[in-house]
Amino acid sequence: MAWNGIPWPWKKLRALGVMGINERNADFVLRYNPRRNYPLVDDKCRTKSLAMAAGIAVPPVYAVLEINHQIETLGETLASYEDFVVKPAHGCGGEGILVIAGRHNERYRLVGGSLLDEEGLGHHISNILSGMYSLGGLPDSALIEYRVKFDPIFEHISFQGVPDVRILVFRGVPVLAMIRLPTRLSDGRANLHQGAVGVGIDLATGLTFSGVWRETPIDEHPDTGGHLAGVQIPGWDEILLMTARCHDLVELGFLGVDIVLDRELGPMMLEMNARPGLSIQVANKVGLLPRLRALEAVSSISGSMEERVRLAKSLALGEWPTPFDP
Amino acid sequence: MRNLHVKILALLLVISAGSLCWYKVTRLGLPLLPTEQAEVWIVEAKIAFKARHDTPVKVQFSIPRPPDGYTVVDENFVSGAYGLTTNEEGLNRLAQWAVRKIKGHQVLYYRLQLARDPSLIPSSSREDSSVLAPEVHTPEFPELMRSAVTALLAEVRRKSADSVSFAQELLRRLNDPAPDENISLLKQDIQSLEQNDRRVVDLLAAAHIPARTSKLLMLRDGVSHASLTPWLEVFGEGAWLPLNPQNGDAGIPKDAVVWHVGEAPVLEVSGGKLPRVEYSISRHTQDQTVVAERRARKMGSRLMEYSMFSLPVHTQNVYRVLLMVPVGAFLIVFLRNVIGIKSFGTFMPILIALAFRETELVWGILLFSMLVALGLVIRFYLEYLQLLLVPRLAAVLMIVILLMAVVSMFSHKLGFDRGLSVALFPMVILAMTIERMSLVWEEFGPGEALRQGFGSMLVATLGYLAMNNRLLGHLAFVFPELLLVVLAVTLMLGRYTGYRLTELWRFRGAIRGNS
Repeated sequence: MAWNGIPWPWKKLRALGVMGINERNADFVLRYNPRRNYPLVDDKCRTKSLAMAAGIAVPPVYAVLEINHQIETLGETLASYEDFVVKPAHGCGGEGILVIAGRHNERYRLVGGSLLDEEGLGHHISNILSGMYSLGGLPDSALIEYRVKFDPIFEHISFQGVPDVRILVFRGVPVLAMIRLPTRLSDGRANLHQGAVGVGIDLATGLTFSGVWRETPIDEHPDTGGHLAGVQIPGWDEILLMTARCHDLVELGFLGVDIVLDRELGPMMLEMNARPGLSIQVANKVGLLPRLRALEAVSSISGSMEERVRLAKSLALGEWPTPFDP
Repeated sequence: MRNLHVKILALLLVISAGSLCWYKVTRLGLPLLPTEQAEVWIVEAKIAFKARHDTPVKVQFSIPRPPDGYTVVDENFVSGAYGLTTNEEGLNRLAQWAVRKIKGHQVLYYRLQLARDPSLIPSSSREDSSVLAPEVHTPEFPELMRSAVTALLAEVRRKSADSVSFAQELLRRLNDPAPDENISLLKQDIQSLEQNDRRVVDLLAAAHIPARTSKLLMLRDGVSHASLTPWLEVFGEGAWLPLNPQNGDAGIPKDAVVWHVGEAPVLEVSGGKLPRVEYSISRHTQDQTVVAERRARKMGSRLMEYSMFSLPVHTQNVYRVLLMVPVGAFLIVFLRNVIGIKSFGTFMPILIALAFRETELVWGILLFSMLVALGLVIRFYLEYLQLLLVPRLAAVLMIVILLMAVVSMFSHKLGFDRGLSVALFPMVILAMTIERMSLVWEEFGPGEALRQGFGSMLVATLGYLAMNNRLLGHLAFVFPELLLVVLAVTLMLGRYTGYRLTELWRFRGAIRGNS
């Protein structure tokens, strides 16, 4: 037929195996993620306790605030901590997260440099508690936790905020990874649609590729000018093992795991996402579908974490697993 | 597997909706387009007489049976103080008005609305009671005429083959502009068309051919003092065949209906004097839907019994709006999952679009933008006060309502009555929109907030255009089963795994990085 010759834009995307939101929802999220397991990842408190019970490192929690009354004694609760992060337990997309970098006189200094008094912090927490940032506006609780001090290797490629590693795990096997670097535009946050830089990571080696910023490929960090490619993520194998185990914790087939690298505490699992975004494909310049379909064809995935990591690395090298693994 | 299930379900929905719709269009004649008009004749018979003192009054008026090729859309009587009954009596339908005591000049009306209906094929045999050849009573002619009659009939018989051609030949001769002696003699004492008709019937009877007179009403637009036209019916080959008494042509004219059959008078008044009946006729065009719906009911269709038309009018009006909501919902699905437009709230734009129905589009957009902008300004001020969430939402809601009142008052004072319709906006939705927008504004910057706000407005506008579309409105109301097709497509889109249009743009980096 005549229109077969027309270079429709989606033909190229199909050829690359790029997955769209509709396909993600219909064929992966709805099929592999049982609804009853969502609360395990939607509630960061539950995720944390699950992870700690399984021996997966997470940022230490200082306090969990559940009622407005607790805000009154906030000053005393936080007295011993110089810096910390406030986040809603049910937040999504990085909304409602406040990073306190230190104190100045009687006030809290935010990462951006602006100051917040006790009352302002209380108001923010009260907003969190009343459900302003939670899915569906339900009353929420606020988490106050350790502020991650990122690994010095990210010093020259990150502007304020904390870079995090996002790994997509399908049926327990890591399939794609990227590191998200905050920029001036993203205001210290690590979400790509808020203006963070996404840099693909080679699953096999833990070396970064070049990055993508606001949907355009870049080689240098827009604010610091540091080279994005060729950065070795420390403890890569350990990170991969950790993410593979996260799958078993929450039993979600299609899962996004966020990992932060602390200079003292090493890699820690920050949160998980049952509806991971698709920008990871842009950051890696690779479509997800070939890897996902290859894993779908495997009848049973090994229960051994090492085996899964090996599978992940072979995927990255373009070696598809045989459909019937013993 | 699940895809197959959805496809089969969608196919079943489409088939059932399609067949129901097909039945309604072909059998019940419901129009697919809202513009289709039917020609409707309104016939009004006005009966006037003067009542006698102290006697009961009884009026008997012959009214037509449903004529061939026409649908009776409506039929009604204006009876005043009279009791009214209608009954079938032999060849005719009769309306009977009766009152025990009445004074002075009386006027009664009979009103009939007829729609030409091409789907009804005119049947040649109208009365099944008359399939048997009726008896013929040979009339007595005056002495003087007898020989003329015999001569004429003999001549006509020679030049005809059967009863119908006999009657036609007879009529041709009687209407000859240059009549011979016999015919002049026979027509000598005839003064009216009715008498002429009766004479023809008598002549045919003398030849043992059953015939009867009938009365037609010629449908001509704008006639106000019309009377019935005498016509002739001859029995031949087991059926009554109408003939034009003026020239012997078979059939009745296209725009005419048989009002009355037989010798009996059309109007009989006992207890009154100077009875008179006159007919006024006018032609109108009417919505085909109404005509078809009436006809379907006359046909006793169960389907129409349970259609939207069987509901009370104000409920119908509610459903005219409600049945458009699925169309709007489908639009949302399409814009979300196939195009990828972001908007505040999933169905919020539909509610806004429903409000636009009342305010009209341009005013709706202006008022909506103004309210949201004002609300946002106030919301940012409330943020400064650091209020708790629910009190803040309630405060925004209150302020929205007050703003609406202020806008209405100002626009009324300035003479823009359109501004009054601002009260139709769903205010809770407005308050939530303002809240969401201010959150997005703070979290993701004004660019994202305006983009989503613009997206919502675009979706609402498209929703308004779709839901106010006359054709779609007509289809959804007259053929609600078509909404099953919308449902089927929605289900199919529920398993759509292709790209959204905006994703082609979003993933362009992946393409660029690979080429």
